[in-house]
Amino acid sequence: MLAMTWRQFKQHHPALIGTILIILFALTAIFASIISPYDPETSNLDTRMQSPSAAHLAGTDELGRDLFTRLLYGSRISLAIGVLSMALAVSVGTAIGAVAGFYGGWVDNLLMRVTDVFLAFPRLFVLILLTTILRQLNLPRLPASSFVPIVLVIGLLSWMSIARLVRAAYLSIKEKEFVEAARGVGAPSARIMFHHILPNAASPIIVAATLGVAASIITESGLSYLGFGVQPPTPTWGNMLRNAQAQMTYAPWMAIFPGLMIFLAVIAINYIGDGLRDALDPRRGGK
Amino acid sequence: MTRYIVRRLLQFIPLLFLISLLLFSLLQIIPGGPLAAYENNPNVTSEDMARLEERLGVNDPLPVKYGKWLGNVLRGDWGYSIYTQRPALQEIGDRLPSTLYLMGIALFISLLISIPIGLIAALKPYSLFDVVTTTIAFAGQSVPIFWFGLILIILFHSTLTNPLTGAPLLPGGGMYTLDAPFSIEDWLSHLVLPVAMLALYQTATVTRLTRASMLDVIHQDYIRTARAKGLKERAVVIGHAFKNGALPLVTIIALELPGLFNGAVFTETIFSWPGMGRLFITAASQFDYPVLMAVLMINAALILFFNLVADVVYALVDPRIRYA
Repeated sequence: MLAMTWRQFKQHHPALIGTILIILFALTAIFASIISPYDPETSNLDTRMQSPSAAHLAGTDELGRDLFTRLLYGSRISLAIGVLSMALAVSVGTAIGAVAGFYGGWVDNLLMRVTDVFLAFPRLFVLILLTTILRQLNLPRLPASSFVPIVLVIGLLSWMSIARLVRAAYLSIKEKEFVEAARGVGAPSARIMFHHILPNAASPIIVAATLGVAASIITESGLSYLGFGVQPPTPTWGNMLRNAQAQMTYAPWMAIFPGLMIFLAVIAINYIGDGLRDALDPRRGGK
Repeated sequence: MTRYIVRRLLQFIPLLFLISLLLFSLLQIIPGGPLAAYENNPNVTSEDMARLEERLGVNDPLPVKYGKWLGNVLRGDWGYSIYTQRPALQEIGDRLPSTLYLMGIALFISLLISIPIGLIAALKPYSLFDVVTTTIAFAGQSVPIFWFGLILIILFHSTLTNPLTGAPLLPGGGMYTLDAPFSIEDWLSHLVLPVAMLALYQTATVTRLTRASMLDVIHQDYIRTARAKGLKERAVVIGHAFKNGALPLVTIIALELPGLFNGAVFTETIFSWPGMGRLFITAASQFDYPVLMAVLMINAALILFFNLVADVVYALVDPRIRYA
């Protein structure tokens, strides 16, 4: 199964390039302190607002900080938020969708109405509201400078489409004979739900989760751009863009590079998702 | 059909009630409440504070507060902005039109570009035109639009200049030039960049959807029949294929409209456009409860309404669908 998927996936060249790019991003994020000689948060007034050069590959900002270094450290936060918030959304969505689809009846009805309520929330507005509230509360375990609040907020507002997808898959799979057989030998419901049905519903979840990581990265950078995301001095691609706005006319590189990183990460992940969809869907096969 | 619409509208009531209850409770979690802004103001004495608290009902228990709010809203009173003292509805009424017309123009332009491109691409799949437009559309869906807006400003406002006057080629913000008499050119020139920014994602999405749904349709038997009876290719494509291929588009476009609202928040921020999005951001940073609640509820109602429109329009254009 895995080997076959990989063979199919390799055929999708953009997806392959996307994978390489993301691995590269991950490696530079992990080894940021080895790659760059500068510190991302220490300002240096001698090197303010320099355009890109050999010493400063992406130029410097208004405090003389090396932007290339900040981009590397920023990718840590931005990629981590994308992956973690999607992991949260997938867990919540899968649990809700699985229970709703498996049990049906009033349980299904109740859970789907809750899903409807969440879908009717004006998403960006509620995201802004929740991050504001969390920052204002300033809970000791959720400091504003950390990325945990953002992960929680994005994750809790992104599970709905996954829940619907999982529910639909469960509705059709639970009628299959192998589920009947598992019931016959007395397997408990939880085991049937997660051991027997879940692997058969995995393909659409994997694809949706992959595309969801890209969407979360855009959401996080958007929130940080508006000033409601991760707070400076911690660099993320989004708050670097926000910072660039005031200096944009005479230091355009400050705005160009962070956005380019977001764009490259997002398009790479979207292509991976596209490739996975082709590879995991047996009906599509080949080209 | 009328019965279906009425039934759906009735379903909105409990849904909106639940949403308002949730959002209202959320807003109450914020410590300090709406009066936090006056706390360090030397002109506001503690007696003033007590009086304000009394008037705003700050110390009421949550159910009482919510009951008061709901009662007022049902009578059409959404409360007053804590900062401008103007009615929340009036604040929104001032901003909503500029958001809606920005969204409307962006949607219109994006359909005007994307549908023909998607159509042509689908007629010649895997041709050079198809590959290029599909790739651009895929990239367009991956561009963070706030970055796209900044790049537009760098290019067309800071870098390029009007060869005749030496002024920036296009204005970088606002709806019109302040203190200048109204002119069509001025109005249009202020629209170009915000509309381009807002239309990007929609254009990319609809291009891909048009192509995909046309490809689904083009190999159907009835298309072969239309060709076989000797219809001109034009009539086949427009009259038969597109008419059917456009059906899923209608739904998707209606469902994408809330996304356009999100995009408008960024567009308004970048281009200092006096709309709902900026109103919300200002209100959120000041904890202006009445305005926040009003903006949120109107948005939630719009989202539900667009969902209904999607279903109804779909039934209207597709005679195979009947709602009872």
